[in-house]
Amino acid sequence: MVEPVLQINNLTKSFGALRATDGVSIDLRPGEIHALIGPNGAGKSTLIHQICGTVRPDSGTIRFAGEDIGALNTAQRAQKGLGRTFQVSSLAPEFSALRNVMLAVQAKQGSSFGFFRPVMRDRSLVDPAMAILERVGLADRARLPAAELSHGERRQLEIAMALALQSKAFLLDEPMAGMGPEGSKKLTGFLDALRREAPILLVEHDMDAVFALADRISVLVYGKVIATGTVDEIRSNPTVRTAYLGDHA
Amino acid sequence: MLTRENTVNLVLALLLLVAPLAANAFGQPFYVTLATRIAILALAALGLNLALGLGGLVSFGHAAFFGIGGYAAGILSSHALSYEPMIFGLPGTVQMPVIWIVAVVASGLVALAIGAISLRTSGVYFIMITLAFAQMVYYFAISWPAYGGEDGLSIMVRNQFPGANTMKPLSFFLVCYLVLLAGIGLFALIRASRFGAALQAARQNETRVATVGIHPYRIRLTGFVISAMITALAGALYADLNRFVSPSMLSWHMSGELIVLIILGGTGRLFGPLAGAALYVAFEFALGGLTERWQFFLGLILLGVVLFARGGLLGLLAGKAKHG
Repeated sequence: MVEPVLQINNLTKSFGALRATDGVSIDLRPGEIHALIGPNGAGKSTLIHQICGTVRPDSGTIRFAGEDIGALNTAQRAQKGLGRTFQVSSLAPEFSALRNVMLAVQAKQGSSFGFFRPVMRDRSLVDPAMAILERVGLADRARLPAAELSHGERRQLEIAMALALQSKAFLLDEPMAGMGPEGSKKLTGFLDALRREAPILLVEHDMDAVFALADRISVLVYGKVIATGTVDEIRSNPTVRTAYLGDHA
Repeated sequence: MLTRENTVNLVLALLLLVAPLAANAFGQPFYVTLATRIAILALAALGLNLALGLGGLVSFGHAAFFGIGGYAAGILSSHALSYEPMIFGLPGTVQMPVIWIVAVVASGLVALAIGAISLRTSGVYFIMITLAFAQMVYYFAISWPAYGGEDGLSIMVRNQFPGANTMKPLSFFLVCYLVLLAGIGLFALIRASRFGAALQAARQNETRVATVGIHPYRIRLTGFVISAMITALAGALYADLNRFVSPSMLSWHMSGELIVLIILGGTGRLFGPLAGAALYVAFEFALGGLTERWQFFLGLILLGVVLFARGGLLGLLAGKAKHG
């Protein structure tokens, strides 16, 4: 078996008496979309925060690209190739779409301590950023401040930034949230192709998208993974049905 | 291309040059001194604007760096004039370029220490901790008798700049004016650079910066140090303008004044500090002649700016700031 890109082992995190993450073990293999689903308050966000380094787990390990990243901070994990998008878009609002992506390109090049060369005249930043914007379909919005983009466009821009980092894995936190049916469909097609670039850990409430995209699904309830399996296995799993899916499946 | 903002900037820069030239021609050196004061305060605020305007770091302690620059000028020249060596037997100097280097290096080192601790906090705590550090420097200066303590230190003869007679008001003004222009040029370069992009992004969204793999702390610390260095350079010039340096340069009033200049002129704007300094000195001069309580009226104006013209003078004249 190929080694997983991301491997979370027995992760535990408590806030007082609440066990937000309770012995969670999941992994992300090359080329797959692994969806993480669960009802509100199941601990999905807390888990994401721990993977990204904004919350420290009480115990357990997180291995990424063959090494333990537990001691690294958010910026260091991003440098290792962990690309993420947020549940609520997180961008530099005053900067144009282009400059947002350029920031990611510059970070990937590992040099933010240039003081004299204007970035807008730096082809090594502008060109790749523009190419990525074209790829996500935002080229004609490149000069607009991120704050003036529509909700869906901001989502696309976040993905563009993750792409610019040439991430080894994508961590997408509810990318479909707030998208119209048309937008969701387009994004589903985009993510479907994206998995060939790097595997995706997809946290999502939109079941149509999850069932269409996921190679594997893990179900998180009260901080515990109650089941992991293929779409069919999860659909027919009785525990999952009572705990979460209800009559949706 | 001459955008509206560039036009406003150009007019401001030319006004600051032409006014003292005219005043000098008409034998009014007082106005030359006034223009020099504007140029120096603008440079000091320009330094703070790098941290505050670009980086969103509301430092309430930049008087510390302004004062360190001032004391660098005062201490070096006093040793040069008395022929007493300083520590390690180093001689003093009356050469401005050497003084500036000492001012910039000394303030940079202090800013590195202050910033390294202060930048672990944010928001109100950052404001308070920078204020606390500046007050420490202030009380240190007061209680250090070797260099005048509370009474301050006079600079008998204004320090020298190669090729200029700095005792002539206009010559000294031109030195200050050129340093200000160089400072503005440096600010513009930094703002447009990779570092500037990271610094401004860290102000807008720290999480975003970390998520692309840039350490906001390192970026901010670097910005804080550069900011302090520019303000210290202004401090050295300010001491030479008054031929006097005292702990009042280090007091929290001074820190507040620098923030006021930036808000009046336009936060984060290239020429905001100059516009703010010009406005401030003009008020001080015009209203100060009418009433001792001119700062009351300045307060009203500041209130008006904060409530109705958030972009300051430049926001009014040149519209909203644009990022490429």
